[in-house]
Amino acid sequence: MEVPLVANLFAQDIKQVPIRNGYGEGLLILGKENPDVIVLCCDLVESTRSLDFAKAYPDRYVEVGVAEQNLAGLGAGMAHEGKIPFITSYATFSPGRNWDQLRVSVCYSGNNVKIIGSHAGISVGPDGATHQAMEDIAITRVLPRMTVLVPSDAIEARKATVAAGRMNGPVYIRLAREKTPQFTIEETPFEIGKAFVFREGKDTTIAAAGPQVYYALQAANELSKEGIECEVINVVSVKPIDELTLSASVKKTGCMVSAEEHQITGGVGGAVAEVLSRNFPVPQEFVGMPDHFGESGEPVELIAKWGMDSQAIMVAVRKVIKRK
Amino acid sequence: MQYTIKQLEEKANEIREDIIKMLVCAKSGHSAGPLGMADVFTALYFGVLNYDPKNITKWDRDRFVLSCGHICPVWYATLAHAGFFPHAELATLRKLGTRLHGHPHNEVLPGSENSSGPLGQGLSQAAGMAYVGLKMKKEPWRVYCVMSDGEQQEGQIWEAAMFAGKNNLRNLTALIDRNNIQIDGYTEEVMPLEPFRAKWEAMNWTVLEVDGHNIREIIDACNKAKSIYENPTVIICHTIPGKGVDFMEYRYEWHGVPPDSGDITGSPKKGLQGHEALKELRTLGGRIRSEHE
Repeated sequence: MEVPLVANLFAQDIKQVPIRNGYGEGLLILGKENPDVIVLCCDLVESTRSLDFAKAYPDRYVEVGVAEQNLAGLGAGMAHEGKIPFITSYATFSPGRNWDQLRVSVCYSGNNVKIIGSHAGISVGPDGATHQAMEDIAITRVLPRMTVLVPSDAIEARKATVAAGRMNGPVYIRLAREKTPQFTIEETPFEIGKAFVFREGKDTTIAAAGPQVYYALQAANELSKEGIECEVINVVSVKPIDELTLSASVKKTGCMVSAEEHQITGGVGGAVAEVLSRNFPVPQEFVGMPDHFGESGEPVELIAKWGMDSQAIMVAVRKVIKRK
Repeated sequence: MQYTIKQLEEKANEIREDIIKMLVCAKSGHSAGPLGMADVFTALYFGVLNYDPKNITKWDRDRFVLSCGHICPVWYATLAHAGFFPHAELATLRKLGTRLHGHPHNEVLPGSENSSGPLGQGLSQAAGMAYVGLKMKKEPWRVYCVMSDGEQQEGQIWEAAMFAGKNNLRNLTALIDRNNIQIDGYTEEVMPLEPFRAKWEAMNWTVLEVDGHNIREIIDACNKAKSIYENPTVIICHTIPGKGVDFMEYRYEWHGVPPDSGDITGSPKKGLQGHEALKELRTLGGRIRSEHE
């Protein structure tokens, strides 16, 4: 069953909001409901949207300075004492720079730390390849016990933040910098471990995460004019992944396109392929970064050049249907 | 229970004997560091730390964080002597199904707060605990973090040192095993740490130095740290790697291997090393005591 989305889904004037904003809103909800929720940040309090929390709860905000390894270790120690730390930086630095600390001090030690990686994906734009996290999903989902969430818009990011704060165990939430369409609504369902069918179709399944969910819906809308009906699934919970929903969908459609703003290797497409190869193997095309680093440019230019926009998804759909 | 210094020195030597037996039984593990830290661990667990082995998570316990996980045989032996688990369990070190993993795992090891192995991670966790205890919960317990000297080459240590210094975490005491060796050789050749004291002072820490084999000095330094109100304290414990076993003392070749795993120049032949080490510990026990009387 399709989920409810905004009414003006494909309108030019659809509201555009950075995904990271939802994190800031989620923190305020958590801050109010649980005094143990605290935020640690590495000199990026405004751009990671931790500032409102820091102002509302100055005693529960810890400035760590530019030290991401210490960020993870402090978070682990504070979680050990019953706090629920949201450790916040850019995804290239955390989980990028402190993976060993996340592995041993957080996951192996069973510490309830939430890792927030903002500015993920190539759509970071002009800052260039160093600041475009394209590997973070791979390195977090490989860690035992880690939950990995990739929200597709600001509202979903808010829901993901609140859900992460309410569950026990390490969670990685991937956020993006740029404004992208806010296309889900309050009533759109969200649950960790669940994937949701955002559009029903019979010819192929598109499993997408992050901003690519909207691009997948755009692609499906265009392809519908050619008579190709795509089923679009939002894989916001990359780990644990919803095997049932994905398998049931490809049993109907017979093929799969995965779409993400991440290296193809080890990302959402990989997670989907792992599930399908176990349950119901079908041809799959991968939309994502083809084993390459990014570069400077405008977000929209980069997404187009490196093939992670709706056009690229349409190409992949036509290709995968021929392989059925 | 109150102990005399003489009783504690005897206990440290019993812990050394246990370390040798555990390592021979496990057929892998580190020798020099654990032997060198037996006096520090004895001082901590029988003269400094507040804990209850019958109630291992009691709220006001002092938090002990081992950062250099590879010296865990000395921690395990000390925990057994302190009553956290049966002494016989020491024979399970590194074996399938054990609670005494090759590097410590907090979820199975009674009386532990953290897992460790990759170097440099402990002080950050200790600082996180201390921050919560001092600034958020305002509780009276203290945090003790044992680190190795080779470990000081990790950048994360200094990130944590800056943080603790900035926040004046006076409830945090770090103890560094300054034995001057690491796997590849002497620390000052591999990557010099000196001027070591000045480095820590520059991070806004109070620095104390002790003879790491003088149990009274170690306990006194820990007590002094409690009275320092302004900043965290680091106690540089000057130790002899392999302490108590003549053919292991000062020899970095004994950093990462157990007795009887191979022949080492200047040491008894493979097969006799464990036996000889125990014999030395037993016969030299009197000498170790006499140094401090």
